[in-house]
Amino acid sequence: MPQLNMVQAINDALRISMQQDSRVIILGEDVGKVGGVFRVTAGLQAEFGEERVIDTPLSENGIVGTAIGMALNGLIPVAEIQFADFIFPAYDQIINELAKYRYRSGGDHTTKLIIRTPVGGGIRGGHYHSQHPEAAFVQVPGLKVVCPSNPYDAKGLLLAALEDPDPIIFMEPKRVYRAAKGEVPEAAYTVPLESARIVREGRDVTVLAYGAMLYEALDASQRAFEQGVDCEVIDLRTLWPVDIDMIVQSVKKTGRLVVVHEAPKTGGFAGELISLVVERAFYYLEAPPARVTGFDTPFPFTLEMEYLPLSHRIVPVVLQTARA
Amino acid sequence: MTALGPRSSLPPAITSDVFRVFRDDGSVDERNDPGLTDKELRFLYKHMVQTRRIDERFIALQRQGRIAFHVGSLGEEAAIIGSAFAMRPRDWVFPCYREFGAALMRNFPLQRLVDNVFGNSGDMVKGRQMPHHYTHRAGGWASISSPVGTQITQAVGFAWGSKIKREDVSAIVYFGDGSTSSVDFHSGLNFAGVQKVPLVLFCRNNGWAISVPVEKQTASATFAEKGAAYGIPGVRVDGNDALAVVAVTRKAAQRASEGNGPTLIEAITYRMGGHSTSDDPNRYRGMEEMELWAQVDPIERLQQFLISKGIWDTQSDVTLREEIDEQFRQAVAKAEATPPPALETMFDDVYEKLPWHLAEQRAELLAGPRAPGGR
Repeated sequence: MPQLNMVQAINDALRISMQQDSRVIILGEDVGKVGGVFRVTAGLQAEFGEERVIDTPLSENGIVGTAIGMALNGLIPVAEIQFADFIFPAYDQIINELAKYRYRSGGDHTTKLIIRTPVGGGIRGGHYHSQHPEAAFVQVPGLKVVCPSNPYDAKGLLLAALEDPDPIIFMEPKRVYRAAKGEVPEAAYTVPLESARIVREGRDVTVLAYGAMLYEALDASQRAFEQGVDCEVIDLRTLWPVDIDMIVQSVKKTGRLVVVHEAPKTGGFAGELISLVVERAFYYLEAPPARVTGFDTPFPFTLEMEYLPLSHRIVPVVLQTARA
Repeated sequence: MTALGPRSSLPPAITSDVFRVFRDDGSVDERNDPGLTDKELRFLYKHMVQTRRIDERFIALQRQGRIAFHVGSLGEEAAIIGSAFAMRPRDWVFPCYREFGAALMRNFPLQRLVDNVFGNSGDMVKGRQMPHHYTHRAGGWASISSPVGTQITQAVGFAWGSKIKREDVSAIVYFGDGSTSSVDFHSGLNFAGVQKVPLVLFCRNNGWAISVPVEKQTASATFAEKGAAYGIPGVRVDGNDALAVVAVTRKAAQRASEGNGPTLIEAITYRMGGHSTSDDPNRYRGMEEMELWAQVDPIERLQQFLISKGIWDTQSDVTLREEIDEQFRQAVAKAEATPPPALETMFDDVYEKLPWHLAEQRAELLAGPRAPGGR
């Protein structure tokens, strides 16, 4: 089985879907000849032509608005927003149009499309190339939000997302685009949406993470283990609708919960996850659930490693939660 | 052509460069005449009258407190019906929110429209949106939203899709003068120009965006000239001249279908009513303007032309209006007797399948207390 990184695995999924289904179209800024600024779409324009792998004008709302129209015409657009930080000009089209199209038309119309966008910091990108704005999409009825952490899941989740009937925001953790490597089958396969994965089994503390921060959670869990605390680490994979059963089952076992994410703390997804657990498993909890997140500041350039919830910040929270 | 008697001068917005078929005296300029058959002329006229009459009936229902809201097209019937008439049935329409008359012309059942306005269980959108935010996919009609301009980029994408699929299906997108300030207008026209998509961009310049007049909307001399920046030809047409609207839209539609790209049409017309039933235009504009535009009422102009051709008479008009009123009365009676959407439908169609959190919330709503004054 070939070893691929995430960039290669996503490229592979796109190639397979375009070979299998002529309705699949890629559009975005620089996705064509250069293959995207991260090279995720490298070689696809050469293989499928300029009509199916389209370099658009530089306008995110134009990309998403036209993608919606293509979807109404029976195509399956995969739109790339070059950095998630640039997605906000398209926010109206995403939340008022894309997410509501099926609902507001009583199911008369559907707008199946995928918006791929690199997220997260730790790449010396400053606050306009580092944000991880999942909460702004999780809160929107009608959207599904996916965030893989490794090449196998990235390929399988993207192929599953293409088969799914609903619009999907597919967030790609760019810090591990090339760092995360793994065996990826050459053939098509899917990883079911809305299914999380237990990456490390443990008895003492449930740690929820996704995307690039999964690796920090795993590193912290290993260090905590060396200090006698056995963490169960769950990679959420699909952020919304989240795999609530797996999370609750794990917390009922461990009685303790720590949630890790890069986005700012206030109004972040961790707050929702903790609420869901408290509603379902309050009497199983033996310690206050904790969050290790980015701070409520814009994403900093020079001090980004202090901002991110890296392993060194997760370890003490895990230990404290375990010993509370 | 027989002169139809003297007329007052045109409103100043209709300048000499504007494409027209009807001359000041009501006669037809043969050079521009689209040459519709008698049957087509009567069809066009009937739909314009139907649009006006239903508008008036909805406004009355709102004043009586029987419906919450109405947004209509008084005075803009030629622009809307004429342009939609010029498209082929296979082409798609991306409406703003004033084009119900065109939806009816494209076989949207009157009962479904009235059900939508009442938001009852017969409403195809299940009472989820304000009145006139209906859907009609079977008639190539996109879903309607309130934020202005968003349909422009979507129409561009649809037309672009036809090009990619190599299908001869064009689109027309409607928007008002106010929407030309929206981000979607500019990005939409830019994408449309670059990709040469088969699209007719139809701007209903009705003089007002709620209370803001066109001179506060743009410093451009015309809306049509905005196309030039995007490599899209712009054309100005007398929007109260049904035959002129048909002629320019047909030309634009043909151009689109032949692969020559989009056209921006500016139809100069006038919003003879408020922005909606929630608006009072007396607060920001005088009656003089309205009186001037009443001189070029699109329905009266076409009616006089039909009568002069001997293919219509006042008795036909009385009969037509009675038929429309009766159909509308029946549709309203039925809509008022139709129950509201079932409570549980609130959770349908958010996603194709009901996810766990919505199943949970639906159960919570069904088991919980009902809203005061509700069902």
